[in-house]
Amino acid sequence: MTPATHSNWSLWMRQILAIMRIDLRKTFFAKRGLWIYFLAFCPEIPMVGHWLFSNQTDALANDVQIFSGIFQVFYLRVAIFFGCVGIFSNLFRGEMMDKSLHYYMLAPVRREVLVAGKFLSGLVASVVIFGGSTLLQFPAMYWHHGRELMHAYMFTGPGMSHLVSYFTAAVLACIGYGSLFLASGVLFRNPLIPAAGLLMWESINGFLPALLKKLSVIYWLQSICPIAMPNPRGNARNIMALLVVDIDPAPAGLAIANLLLIAAFVVVWAAMRARKLEISYGTD
Amino acid sequence: MTPKPQTDIVFDNVSKFYGEVLGVNRVNLSIPPGVTSLVGPNGSGKTTLMNMIAGLLHPSRGSVVVCGVEPDDAEQFFRMVGYSTQYDSFPRGLTGYEFVECYLRLFGYSAKDTQRLAWEAIDRVGLREPSARRIAGYSKGMRQRIKLAQAIAHRPRVLVLDEPLNGLDPLARAETIALFQALAAEGSHVLISTHILHEVDLISDHVIMMNQGYVVAEGQIRGMRDEISEHPMQVLIRCDKPEYLASQLFGEKQVVEVRLHADRAGLLVRTRSAEGFYKLLNHIALNGVQIESVAPADDDAQSVYEYLIGHEESTR
Ligand SMILES: Nc1ncnc2c1ncn2[C@@H]1O[C@H](COP(=O)(O)OP(=O)(O)O)[C@@H](O)[C@H]1O
Ligand SMILES: [Mg+2]
Repeated sequence: MTPATHSNWSLWMRQILAIMRIDLRKTFFAKRGLWIYFLAFCPEIPMVGHWLFSNQTDALANDVQIFSGIFQVFYLRVAIFFGCVGIFSNLFRGEMMDKSLHYYMLAPVRREVLVAGKFLSGLVASVVIFGGSTLLQFPAMYWHHGRELMHAYMFTGPGMSHLVSYFTAAVLACIGYGSLFLASGVLFRNPLIPAAGLLMWESINGFLPALLKKLSVIYWLQSICPIAMPNPRGNARNIMALLVVDIDPAPAGLAIANLLLIAAFVVVWAAMRARKLEISYGTD
Repeated sequence: MTPKPQTDIVFDNVSKFYGEVLGVNRVNLSIPPGVTSLVGPNGSGKTTLMNMIAGLLHPSRGSVVVCGVEPDDAEQFFRMVGYSTQYDSFPRGLTGYEFVECYLRLFGYSAKDTQRLAWEAIDRVGLREPSARRIAGYSKGMRQRIKLAQAIAHRPRVLVLDEPLNGLDPLARAETIALFQALAAEGSHVLISTHILHEVDLISDHVIMMNQGYVVAEGQIRGMRDEISEHPMQVLIRCDKPEYLASQLFGEKQVVEVRLHADRAGLLVRTRSAEGFYKLLNHIALNGVQIESVAPADDDAQSVYEYLIGHEESTR
């Protein structure tokens, strides 16, 4: 009966599971989180539309380029970015606004364990939603090429390895952005301001000197993507140039290791700051 | 410095500032087991003090230690301490039972132990039947009681309750006070805050009085009941039939004045005897008036301070 007789690690694991049980339910089933699902699954809409309503079939190689563009410009930079703002900054700041954060802080749970539990909840939710959508986007994009061609692309061609790379990038985007927005939820009263700052930073990333480039999430994510950004043509060129600059990518293994390192550093820092966190919902 | 007993809640020269705003200043206390009430008008620093006991706030100066343990040591501290805050807010979407159960799980208890402790606590506050319903549909009194259940569920030795009687109807109020006394009789600390003076001596002998961030008096206070009855006090009652209730209260000898509240959903009553009045109200409530809440309406600093500190000097 007394949990104190278990070793610390087993207690912490149980506590983390208990936190995830509470938080996953909040994240998955919150009405105010519906927009996150929309954001996650909106690439499927034009893809399926293209498949249903366009009778001309582009070359598959063309679609591979288009997919890469959608994924790197929209999905990583916009969808997952804002999805993580919604999911991860709510873990602390949202509970402050609901005035329900103190319930966790009145349980015999170390603040470090609380941060770990909440981070893992956010991670599971975001990986299920955004990783799941990434997996769905593949059939949505390529199905209309017919069974045979798709089979050839997936299993004889590079399709499967592309899919693994995109999925890895999506998961790492959740880890990277998630850690940052978790921390901003612990540190800032209004997490939208740091989110806007980070958005700026990530957008100008391509123009930064090599060293500063590496202090971002998007640089490493793009290094994991299997295809360099499609070369913009015509009018789109100027706008796209803002987003698509030659990135001289890092090797994927190094990119993965670096992202995990950045995220671990940020989460540990958030846990340290959480020890100083006070409940101050304002005066009633 | 003399060593303080390991069984006490000890404040050692504690101050808390919210930026420039004073929360509490230079508090030195050693609170023994038993029921203790923390009394003071709104804004006097009761919540600040309690939040520091539980580590939700960190003192700007000084230290708080509960039975020899500091709140920073969460794993040990919160097995011993239960705190029901004054915040009337809950995680979204949960039923009463789920609320108590979810947070017991954080202790690391097994599913079976969690279930047993949750039901035990829910039964103690008399919410077994509504515990299957969502908290969003609860009355203020039920919300107070489910918070209480959550705070006592892990059987803490130290129970800290911020305005736990606020919003309870007279019957629930009496039951809840009896529960506090039962818990204290089992050897617990029960620290209760209130801004309602006449409740104080119903609850406890040991009183800590606060005003404007300072502890202004501490100790055993007896015989308050008589003194209170010399002091007419005003009560705000919210109920479904205010006109009918008003007609019932008119002409009762404890009642000095009855006025309908401007929003017509309640009435203000001035009474000479709090205790007599609550008995009367219980009686009327049994005859079909749905009383939603009863709260004292004079909680200005002046009347409390005068009553508690200046009474003897000012009348003799
Ligand atoms: N989060 C806060 N920010 C600024 N001032 C606060 C805050 N919380 C409380 N105060 C101030 O501290 C004082 C004590 O408040 P509080 O502890 O809530 O008193 P009580 O619980 O007795 O009503 C009041 O003057 C109040 O305005
Ligand atoms: Mg208060």
